[in-house]
Amino acid sequence: MADVGAPELRDLQSAATSHRGDRVFNRTITAAAFVALLVLAGITIFLGAQAIPVLQTQGMDFLTTSIWDPPNYGIWGMLYGSLLLAVIALVIAVPASLLLSVFMVFLAPSGVAKVLTNLVDLMAAIPSVILGLWAFYVLAPVSEQWQQLLNQYLGWIPIFQNESGNFSGTPFTAGFVLAIMMIPIVTSVTREVLGRTPPELINASEALGCSLWTMLRYVALPYGRGGLVGGVMLGLGRALGETIAVFFVIKIAFDPVNYYNIIESGGGSVATLIVSKFGEASGPYETQLLLAAGFFLFMGTLAVNVIANLIVNRTGRLQS
Amino acid sequence: MSTAEYEDVSMMEADLAMTAATSARTEMETRDVSVWFGKRKVLEGVNIAFPKNTVTALIGPSGCGKSTFIRTLNRLHELIPTAALAGEVLYEGNDIYSPEVDPVHIRLKIGMVFQKPNPFPSMTIRGNVLSGLKLSGMKRPNHDDIVEQTLTAAGLWNEVKDRLNNAAGDLSGGQQQRLVIARSLAVNPSVLLMDEPCSALDPGSTLKIEETIRELSRDITIIIVTHNMQQAVRVADNTAFFLATDGNPGHVVEQGPTTEIFGNPQDQRTLDYVNGRFG
Repeated sequence: MADVGAPELRDLQSAATSHRGDRVFNRTITAAAFVALLVLAGITIFLGAQAIPVLQTQGMDFLTTSIWDPPNYGIWGMLYGSLLLAVIALVIAVPASLLLSVFMVFLAPSGVAKVLTNLVDLMAAIPSVILGLWAFYVLAPVSEQWQQLLNQYLGWIPIFQNESGNFSGTPFTAGFVLAIMMIPIVTSVTREVLGRTPPELINASEALGCSLWTMLRYVALPYGRGGLVGGVMLGLGRALGETIAVFFVIKIAFDPVNYYNIIESGGGSVATLIVSKFGEASGPYETQLLLAAGFFLFMGTLAVNVIANLIVNRTGRLQS
Repeated sequence: MSTAEYEDVSMMEADLAMTAATSARTEMETRDVSVWFGKRKVLEGVNIAFPKNTVTALIGPSGCGKSTFIRTLNRLHELIPTAALAGEVLYEGNDIYSPEVDPVHIRLKIGMVFQKPNPFPSMTIRGNVLSGLKLSGMKRPNHDDIVEQTLTAAGLWNEVKDRLNNAAGDLSGGQQQRLVIARSLAVNPSVLLMDEPCSALDPGSTLKIEETIRELSRDITIIIVTHNMQQAVRVADNTAFFLATDGNPGHVVEQGPTTEIFGNPQDQRTLDYVNGRFG
């Protein structure tokens, strides 16, 4: 060939050469995605703007003390309470959801599994205010009896100690309500994830003579690890943010902070703090305090999500 | 399950000694095996004997029940909810379906390799080889030796000995299949079932697996389902030809030494099939 220069590159990617309908569609989707980001950014900026003056007047005491007594405000107890309630809810909801989804995926006849799936999905549709009312009238009295039993037989474990004899409005009951709200969310994700265990891996473990338990432990759970943690995080998101249902059953207590006596009356969470104080806020400053509290709850939730993502994305530890 | 059941090293030596004496001893045998899925009968009256330390190929067109049949030999068939079976499957003279037999024990003595390589992706190469021990709770000493021996037997040792702690998923398809063979061997089976083990592999890997099969058949009994007629000729001592016609359940049309089935078939349908006229 006589032509020794660099060959002229053809235009492959520019908009001019692509299909027009595609172009419009792609831009619409991109715009929609940006709207979601804008909303998130808007909320963050709005809440952040409320938090700055609060930190200026209250200082770091706003985050490190637990008090709601003008002119002193501190949300430490509520921030900690959000976490405590979430942990209690996780401890109850995660095993329950896993067992439920293992049953639906590996044990139940397909008809039963379908009915159960629909029922569990329906559970997710119960408005939280209804659950809250139910918790207040039905669950809370029963829960007091359970807690008395826990205290009676397991009272030697610090978390089951109760000095006051008052078992109402405890973190345990609130966490239990949260667990009930988490179960449908976590179950529907874990069921999907376990259901996608490749059949050839199940075959392999069956042919190696393993039981359902060992198959789950060494094959299905490690295979679905990322998705399972994702499901738990989704549930945790609900637990951290849920307001009304918790508000019905917990007795908000700032001081002393109830660190671990989960069957002792008194506790709280940032979300319940906001709902309980918002209606009777004494003025714009108290409203601002509540919005600032919301900002830190939001940051906390974000931090939990980031940490969870790091755990999931960490290069998988291989079993040797 | 007691570990005594797996004390098979001395048994294997005894077996080897016996093999010399009775080379045609039958390791497995099916008697009048019929199989159903729900109400649909898919296999009828299968009688095949598998002599010890031989390779038997099961051939036949798709849907003739070969894979179903092979899954009855280690009691995987029963894991399908609607599955039913009649007849007897004898392993070392005993019916594996009798009530006192533990299916887990059967699956450990009668290993299986599937069509698609299926190493556990969450485990290392070494972890995969030893996974059978872990999953079944079986105890065997000297794990390092087991890893080396089984990977060597599967023809994979030289390729992976420097990266035993890497992910099994990083291996090529052919290597994965040989890893899976090593995994089945680690629990010390006396029979290995292979359900189209090369159908997802390239010709080079296929050749390696076939060499491995020939090597392994000195110590264990192999039963292999294959769609590849040349493969049956290359690896199998005996061949059984399965056929299902017009909605009837599958059955064995003809069986015998591979040279006979391919060289001098007695049934016209066998002749047509092995010459590629249908299927």
